[in-house]
Amino acid sequence: MYIIIVGGGRLGYYLTKALLNEGHEVVIVEKNPTICQNINDELGTVCIRGDGCETVTLDEIGTARADMLIAVTGDDEDNLVACQVAKHKFNVPRTIARVRNPQNETLFKALGIDVTVNSTNIILENIKEEVPTHPLTHLLTIRDKGLEIVEVKIPPDATTIGKPIKELTLPQGSRLALIIPKDLKPRVPTSDTILRDGDRVIAVTTPESEEALRAVLRGA
Amino acid sequence: MKVVIMGCGRLGAQLASLLDSNGHSVTILDTDAYSFRRLPHTFGGTALVGNGLNEEALKKAGIEEADAFVAVTQGDNRNVMASQIAKHIFNVPRVICRIYDPLRQELYSTLGVEAFSPTTIFAQILKEKLES
Repeated sequence: MYIIIVGGGRLGYYLTKALLNEGHEVVIVEKNPTICQNINDELGTVCIRGDGCETVTLDEIGTARADMLIAVTGDDEDNLVACQVAKHKFNVPRTIARVRNPQNETLFKALGIDVTVNSTNIILENIKEEVPTHPLTHLLTIRDKGLEIVEVKIPPDATTIGKPIKELTLPQGSRLALIIPKDLKPRVPTSDTILRDGDRVIAVTTPESEEALRAVLRGA
Repeated sequence: MKVVIMGCGRLGAQLASLLDSNGHSVTILDTDAYSFRRLPHTFGGTALVGNGLNEEALKKAGIEEADAFVAVTQGDNRNVMASQIAKHIFNVPRVICRIYDPLRQELYSTLGVEAFSPTTIFAQILKEKLES
């Protein structure tokens, strides 16, 4: 695949390295000449100095034949424009934008960016997961179905401990998929499965009912 | 008419003051309060410190009731993004945006953003002056 990366920061650099290792043809566009030089010294001539939002630059590097453009600069507005130019001017089939401000995600989607990766939210989730009291972790979002897979930890003070699952009224659209107990042997929950202290419950739910699901599982 | 202007540079400040003296209700946004020195002391509109890419700041500027939004910061991409927020999220009836890069201006015009490139316009004027 021919992949264009806009932005040669740490993210762009490691992404390029990974994609080159997988055997893809990769070009990075970076404004800063020093960064450009450093990348080329390390990875071979893969970095072009220029503005990835400019039609001229994108034309020069053959964007019209690119399979994918990934914009990972630190500025949301630059990532948006690079993807829009690639999509509408050069008909690139797949555009991926890094989004730093979580509130921009909806806008990017509405404006036709194929995939948005919200770096701020990913870091937040990872940190929150390490906070022992954190009740609910997002594991995966299934965007086109409006569903998400989450993990709910059952704390020692949960009033649901010792109760079978059939006694819980799960919110509509939520299903329990897996229970990972403290002894780490995962089991598929049935209606008679009893919740225990320290269980990690993996469930499918919707963004609207995740709070309700958390409340039902922990008895709050 | 209620107008929200993003960017209080020379152009933004002058446009704000012209619209204000014609009796329109004007709110001008800039990330740097120092930019507001460009507004004449007769300016009767509102000058707000805020980022036009931020929906909260735009709401504070009254974008929900605005008849028009104008993006004239120094950054083409910032102008384009703010204009698309105004158009697609707040449904502002008239959205106008400055894009220096003529090629990007062309592209965004086809994408439904009313965009002007001072580069193209000024080059045209200069050419006509020289040829007349």
